Amino acid sequence: MAHVPVSWYLTLSAILFGIGVAGFIYRKSIITVFMSIELMLNAVNLSFVAFSYELHRIDGHIYSFFVMVVAAAEAAVGLAIILTVFKNRGTLQIDEVDSMKL
Amino acid sequence: MNFYLVSLIKIAVVFGIFMTTLAYLQWVERKVLAHIQSRTGPLRVGPHGLLQPMADVLKLLTKEDLLPPYANKVFFLLAPFIAVSLALVSISVIPFGPEINLFGTRTYMQISDLDVGILFILAISAVSVYGVALAGWSSNNKYSLIGGLRSSAQMISYELPLTLVIVSPLLLANTLSFRGITDAQAGFYLGFIPRWSIFQMPFPQIFGFIVFMIAGFAETNRIPFDLPEAENELVAGFHTEYSSMKFACFFMSEYANMVTITCVATLLFLGGWHPLFPAPYSNWVPSLVFLFFAGVFLFQLMRPSRKMDRLTYPVFAAGSVALAVLFAVPVLQTFLVPAFWFASKVGALLFTYIWVRGTLPRFRYDQLMHFAWTFLFPCALANLLLTALFVAVF
Amino acid sequence: MDTILFLIFAIIAVACAFNLVLQKHPISSALSLIGVMSSLAVLYLLLGAEFIAMAQMIVYGGAVMVLFIFVIMLLNAESEKSSGKSWFAQIAGFPLLCALVAMFVFLIRVALPPMRDVHFGDWVGGTAEAIGMLLFTKYLLPFEVISILILVAILGAVVLARKEID
Repeated sequence: MAHVPVSWYLTLSAILFGIGVAGFIYRKSIITVFMSIELMLNAVNLSFVAFSYELHRIDGHIYSFFVMVVAAAEAAVGLAIILTVFKNRGTLQIDEVDSMKL
Repeated sequence: MNFYLVSLIKIAVVFGIFMTTLAYLQWVERKVLAHIQSRTGPLRVGPHGLLQPMADVLKLLTKEDLLPPYANKVFFLLAPFIAVSLALVSISVIPFGPEINLFGTRTYMQISDLDVGILFILAISAVSVYGVALAGWSSNNKYSLIGGLRSSAQMISYELPLTLVIVSPLLLANTLSFRGITDAQAGFYLGFIPRWSIFQMPFPQIFGFIVFMIAGFAETNRIPFDLPEAENELVAGFHTEYSSMKFACFFMSEYANMVTITCVATLLFLGGWHPLFPAPYSNWVPSLVFLFFAGVFLFQLMRPSRKMDRLTYPVFAAGSVALAVLFAVPVLQTFLVPAFWFASKVGALLFTYIWVRGTLPRFRYDQLMHFAWTFLFPCALANLLLTALFVAVF
Repeated sequence: MDTILFLIFAIIAVACAFNLVLQKHPISSALSLIGVMSSLAVLYLLLGAEFIAMAQMIVYGGAVMVLFIFVIMLLNAESEKSSGKSWFAQIAGFPLLCALVAMFVFLIRVALPPMRDVHFGDWVGGTAEAIGMLLFTKYLLPFEVISILILVAILGAVVLARKEID
């Protein structure tokens, strides 16, 4: 086992993505759900960089960079929305935000 | 010698010098602050208080190590660990001198030369915000929480002008590694003006240097930006509940951050280890400086103010003469003289830090944030745009 | 050496990811996510992507996660109360997760051609210079569009999080 093929990095990316999906579906606190989304985005970044190493082209790094930027922008707006929901509903558990009427 | 052994030796040397510098930086700060305020500072523990850092270390080690029962234990113990380990790790990419040839081994005077060295320093300073934020939150204390949040918000706000103003000398040097940046500042204009970034055509970075120093003051939570940890404002800010070695960790991390920021400033703006005027004349500057110190000690010996001075001043004078002789040996000059220039530039900037601490009042928190976002950030941006314009045109 | 480094940081990443999903308190989850991001940054360095590794630490670890931690501390988020979850989720959750990951791994094995080995230092193509060249020539339009996207995000965050002026 002296060598590490690129497919191991892709497997790791799949595992992290799966754990992210599990967290997204299973957890009740909105912030933890958001963090699972970030975990999924990180797993995809690892895939991009691994493929970029495989093909010896930097295009994968550029896509990974764009994914990072979009994730940052989404985190900013999403957390602002969470703050507003907390201000109006008083709770962070998504089970309790279940009616359109305040 | 193989690579790992050389690296281990370099790590040991740099770590030893760094920890001694941190301890004696505290002594220097207390003495300089004292003389600014017309008093003498530590004087009793050892000659001229030189053993005061040892006494402080012993005191901190033997204090009671509190773990408040209402604090979150894991994060309470994790926060000083993060703060001090990140502050100490960032010294590993700072070069102290050129490539040297010592006992048959050619090696750099730097632990590791990353190709993206400057980005590494920025990443470390970005992640070290967590030490402060976690310390403030996990103490379960109003003052700590407010101090921790304010301090982290201040650090991330001032990271923006810091990052932007770092890009300008990078445009002039065309590389991200510290060694490349310093090599681009070698040489002299007209034979006597050094090609440091603050003097470099097409756009001298004097303005960038000033913005960097101001952002550096804010990044390291020093006066005039130290409201989050001022004693008469928030008890002690985020490190209120810490005692003994955990407090020593925060203390060390503050001084280590200071030293790192000044090292980065000398490498980016002041030319690193390159001398002020051309070699070989500048090789004699260290010896002359030490002989001057010996002369000052001998002059003070003529009118000693205390009985012990009649013993200590000749000892210091003899030590200075020995150092002057050491710096005059040509074989050792290849690595001692660049280290001397680097250390003297870093020392001058650290003296400025301490000088500002003794002189200026502190900003109120909203003034501080307003200053960062509405003045310093546009200044850094304007500096970057002008540098880019001049580099593109000329 | 490559194998040892990959295994260490892959195990740290997976352990931190499990910790993120299983911890009750949001701050522990946030710190676990920072652990995942740091170990991924080291894996990027192993894959020769030095600029992306540093950008990951600066952008994700230094900005995005600080934002998360600020929000958690400001809202004083508490541990999750365990409400009554459906029995189906608790019994079939982990096996279904394993099935999903197994499907991905199977696709990787079957549908992709044999890939090269990763040796640290074989390919150092991820320098800032190379990325900059590509970013400002071939990908200039997406770059400008992303700048506008960030501007929109900043404006949105400022408007949403502002105190109401009565």
